[in-house]
Amino acid sequence: MESFYSRYRNVLMLMAILLVQVIGLAVQVRRPATAAGRDGTQVRLIRYWVVGSLTPFEELFLFTGHGIRGAWNGYIDLRHVRQRDQSLQTEVDRLRLEQASLVEDVLQNQRLQALLGFKQQYIYQTVAAQVIGTSGTDQSRVLYIDKGSADGIHADMPVITPDGVVGKIRDVFAHASQVLEINDQTSGLGIILEKTRLRGILRGNATGQPEIINIPSDERVQSGEAVITSGGDQIYPRGLPVGTVERVVNDPERAPYVAILVQPAAKLSRLEEVLVITQIGSALPATEESDIVTSEQKAADVLAQRLPGADTGTTQPAIGPHGKLLPAQNPNAPPPPAQPTPSLHPDRFTPGATPPATTLRPGARYSRQIFPAQSASGVASAQPLGHPAPLARRKYPPRKPAQPAPAPTPAVAAPVAPVVVPPVIPLAAPAAPPPASEETKP
Amino acid sequence: MALLPNHAREEMDRHHFHPAVFFLVPLAAIFLQAYLPLRFPRFAVLDLPLIVTVYFAVSRRNPISGMLLGTGIGLTQDALTHLPIGINGILKAIVGYLAASIGMRIDVDNPGTRLLLIFFFMLLDSLFHLAIVRLLLDMPMEWHGLHEILRAVVNALAGVILFAVLDRLRKQE
Repeated sequence: MESFYSRYRNVLMLMAILLVQVIGLAVQVRRPATAAGRDGTQVRLIRYWVVGSLTPFEELFLFTGHGIRGAWNGYIDLRHVRQRDQSLQTEVDRLRLEQASLVEDVLQNQRLQALLGFKQQYIYQTVAAQVIGTSGTDQSRVLYIDKGSADGIHADMPVITPDGVVGKIRDVFAHASQVLEINDQTSGLGIILEKTRLRGILRGNATGQPEIINIPSDERVQSGEAVITSGGDQIYPRGLPVGTVERVVNDPERAPYVAILVQPAAKLSRLEEVLVITQIGSALPATEESDIVTSEQKAADVLAQRLPGADTGTTQPAIGPHGKLLPAQNPNAPPPPAQPTPSLHPDRFTPGATPPATTLRPGARYSRQIFPAQSASGVASAQPLGHPAPLARRKYPPRKPAQPAPAPTPAVAAPVAPVVVPPVIPLAAPAAPPPASEETKP
Repeated sequence: MALLPNHAREEMDRHHFHPAVFFLVPLAAIFLQAYLPLRFPRFAVLDLPLIVTVYFAVSRRNPISGMLLGTGIGLTQDALTHLPIGINGILKAIVGYLAASIGMRIDVDNPGTRLLLIFFFMLLDSLFHLAIVRLLLDMPMEWHGLHEILRAVVNALAGVILFAVLDRLRKQE
């Protein structure tokens, strides 16, 4: 026995080590901590040790490099900075004008979404983080960032850049976190194509390119179409840019479905800084509201500088608690609709003189005093019927008083309560027309 | 490739290193493998931990130590991924064992031998990886033969250079 062991010692050791690791693999695959196969709340000890021992060196290298680069860029390499500053300022002015023109669309969209009961999600709070490392292998497309549980990071938080979606937080350590990129084969992201409104699931393929899988082959998708998040995965907010369609390819594993290769919007191979979305809300954040107000003001200033004679409407727009622009102070409101010239001698054909049809009764007469024009509040006061008053100015000969109506039933004879007309919320309230009485004054 | 007779095993010198080298060099290789692709994405095609495993295995010419070193390097690599821990551990253990076994029989100081050795172990590593992921873990994985061959060639060329650098860490006896 001893000779057998000494003879095959190396092979036996190899078998033993492989067996232990295979059993370990089987345990991990058989009992994933969660349905997603994540390590669960308690990260495996070996993973914690390795990440905890390597990330300080990665941060040291990173910050050293940033320091050297910052010193070079901030103090030495300053050529053409002034020209660049001027061009950027011009760009900022142009963008402010663009933003001001888009504000109305945004607010209108919010009002319509509120009417439909649609809950839009807005990014409330983000945490900026530096990318400090990778997994080092193509089979696992994960990143490490220098923010962890001590900074309020939790698993499944979305990670983005200004260009687009990067991935989501997978494992969280004390001062570092692991980010699963959208081009990993085990990732999954609910997306929607911007034009065709085609929904699907995006994940990475073997070469590290994101692809949308399980697409019917009869769908007509063109290259260049934008891909955005659908919000259906309950992780990523709706509407974040993901990428653009590159081309459609056959998917032999899922025939007859095809796959759509996507060019990611974020530069996944050259990430330096990312934003972790730590809070999402259903209303426009206060910072964005103030940004809109500031942008309106700045845009008006820019317009005033470029077009001195133009009425820039420098009054600051008032925005309600839910992002609704108050109508009376809307500087970008469209001009009020054309009103007919007030008549010198109003009669029953004058606009506004006719009472609402709902208040009319067969055989009853009315006058302008009984049914005054609706007030702006939408409440029209009504007089009891059967009490006619003479018209102020009649062009036609007075007629005999109408025969009194037959004795109404008690229910009808009761005074009619004021009719409440539902107020119509104008998207852009027109200015109130001047009262006719003033116009008719000599 | 110069084959050595069996009786030459005892005559061959086992290369010795400072104990810290066995710890720091693999750690540095894993660190560079995780850090450099951030700045140089093309660097991800290299597999420095595998090259280091092969180097120390053929230098020590001891299958058990090569296997243990490979297991340690592989498990550390696994800890940085989001995949189950043990995939690279198994791969590097096999590579370390085989590299040490071959190192007892051939002259591994020859650059040509080193080139072929690393090329062979890179392909072996890729094949075993495919087998483990598909058969043991039942996970989807695609195989691109040409890409793997090119990757093996690049790693073999880089390995020859790295072997020459690591030779300077040997203890002179």
